[in-house]
Amino acid sequence: MSFINYASREINCKIVYYGPGLCGKTTNLQLVYQKTAPDAKGKMISLATETERTLFFDFLPLALGEIRGFKTRFHLYTVPGQVFYDASRKLILKGVDGVVFVADSQEDRLDANIESMENLKTNLEEQGYQLENLPFVVQYNKRDLPNLTPLDELRKLLNPDNVPDFEACATTGEGVFETLKAVAKLILVDLKKGGR
Amino acid sequence: MFGSQSSLVMYDEEFKRISSVIEKLLREANAKVIFLVDKNGQLIAATGATENLDTTSLASLTAGNIAATGGLAKLIGEKEFSILFHEGEKDNLHISIVAGRVILVVIFDARSSLGLVRLRVKKSSDELGTIFHDLAKKAEEMEKGGTSQSPFAEITDDDIDNLFS
Repeated sequence: MSFINYASREINCKIVYYGPGLCGKTTNLQLVYQKTAPDAKGKMISLATETERTLFFDFLPLALGEIRGFKTRFHLYTVPGQVFYDASRKLILKGVDGVVFVADSQEDRLDANIESMENLKTNLEEQGYQLENLPFVVQYNKRDLPNLTPLDELRKLLNPDNVPDFEACATTGEGVFETLKAVAKLILVDLKKGGR
Repeated sequence: MFGSQSSLVMYDEEFKRISSVIEKLLREANAKVIFLVDKNGQLIAATGATENLDTTSLASLTAGNIAATGGLAKLIGEKEFSILFHEGEKDNLHISIVAGRVILVVIFDARSSLGLVRLRVKKSSDELGTIFHDLAKKAEEMEKGGTSQSPFAEITDDDIDNLFS
């Protein structure tokens, strides 16, 4: 749910990175944070456990620039990926404008990807959203590792609707900005239509 | 349950009214900083000594805090916890839900007291509730009348591409 502020001429949108535990959601945000000019970003907040696992969420505010005199800001959130943090995941999806699903391309994580995708759909529906109607992109992360699930199979299982999808290696940054740009663009196109 | 899912829209007139209410509250409650946040973590307005504060982060964490305690409330059969209070060594946080949709945060120190803050917040909450009610009505009317033009209705694909160049 975007926030259009005529008083300060700003528009704020919320992007949520979703996916199974250890798929690289936080790494995506860290990379965006590292590679963004200081004046375009705010502080990155990570609510994590002592072992660096996301406990509640990571948060990164980004300013993209102006469109027609309106400052466009995107708030990037990640969810905790571990299965038992489902209650927290639901809270973070509140008011979402666009979703990035980060898949772990390793063969032995295939089931975890599918489970997380189903969980995303369920949790969105609980909030009254349909994934098909939301700006949505998929990222196949960790393409640099061995034992990968072939891309065709990942596509078939995780992206049957053919939304924009990207191969990535979040640790080196490959595909990270492409993913972010794609979802931001879909959100803006959605706002243009005045759809929701 | 979590408020409407349409966009939150803020207009100049209501923004001024909101600002004047929280500025008055700042004076009357002897507070340091006051800010208003949407339940989704978007900062709506802030006043007081905000120069050295990361208000964007504060807004997002406040909303996370309210969401988490709201989740706790539901687990024990409560609708929500409408007031939260965090006590620090110097500064304290008083967080309350206004009109079911926005979060009012008051930061205060020893120059004020919890009792005073609670009293003043209660009065201001009613005023803010009226403003947000008006705002919702206005947005609804504009939508019905077809005048609710998103500033983004006119943008072109080039405008969007330019953002990423």
